[in-house]
Amino acid sequence: MLSNPFSLESKTVLITGASSGIGRATAIECAKIGAHCVITGRNQERLQQTFEQLEGQGHVQIIADLASQEGIQTLAEQVPQLDGLVNNAGINLMKPIGFIKGDDLEKIYTTNTFAPILLTKFLLKKKKLNAGASIVFISSSAAMGSGIGNAVYGTSKAAIMSFSKYCARELAPKIRSNSIHPGMVETELIQGREFSDADMEADRQKYLLKRYGKPEEIAYSVIFLLSDASAWITGHALVIDGGRRV
Amino acid sequence: MDLQEFVQHFAEQFDETDASIFTPQTKFHDLEEWSSLIGLSVIGMVDEEYDVALKGNDVKGSVTIEDLYNIVKSRI
Repeated sequence: MLSNPFSLESKTVLITGASSGIGRATAIECAKIGAHCVITGRNQERLQQTFEQLEGQGHVQIIADLASQEGIQTLAEQVPQLDGLVNNAGINLMKPIGFIKGDDLEKIYTTNTFAPILLTKFLLKKKKLNAGASIVFISSSAAMGSGIGNAVYGTSKAAIMSFSKYCARELAPKIRSNSIHPGMVETELIQGREFSDADMEADRQKYLLKRYGKPEEIAYSVIFLLSDASAWITGHALVIDGGRRV
Repeated sequence: MDLQEFVQHFAEQFDETDASIFTPQTKFHDLEEWSSLIGLSVIGMVDEEYDVALKGNDVKGSVTIEDLYNIVKSRI
């Protein structure tokens, strides 16, 4: 059989925030292409829905609350040895700068910034990442300062872009680290929120490809960065935004 | 909840438009200074002052300031 460098066959991959959106799509697509998935999320019912959609055998689901350091530490203890880590779990906030509260910063940074940094730290400390492992951070195009009302979310994701580069530097040559920066993707994160349906439709037209992304279109790039096909890529920040920033 | 006070809070989100032109009947989408950022600010103001979470469609669907006031009032 010819070997396929894009395959995740025999790789074990941890995906956070797998109960919806990009995380769910990533788990489903990783499983399709041969990975053993370890999926986590807060909501048991929704995580189970993802779990049931995973093709193949050997997948594991672990309920974890990444908002607490204990939750992160427990997760790091429970997971098996890993060849891939997808730090995906994230929450959004849409507020102009004049309305930002300290509580907003704490809440958003806890989930979007502190949790992926601490999870990576505990996994390293417990030596759960195998030689040759790949870390992927789901950041956002908002990290580069796009959109209005995105200051808290964008800065929380910019910190992760930077952290990914430090991981690349400190963990090389054994472990690679890259970040992905999606533009707007059709998930629950962006629906029925501060922008009206008409505003969103007008915004879609600003994308060269005239639409927002689909979750699986981010998942395919996660797979690439987890696979051996990207073995010489580390410290990279990959923007996937349908040409919005061209 | 007071309508005049709501109009005043609404007007505070604008920098260029004279506060005196704001009334309950003002069709705010027609104001030159109106923008999606001010729309977000109005949502932020309603959250801060009235503890009500408006959505973009609430703002888009309202014609006058009083329309929006009525939505907020119904959710307090």
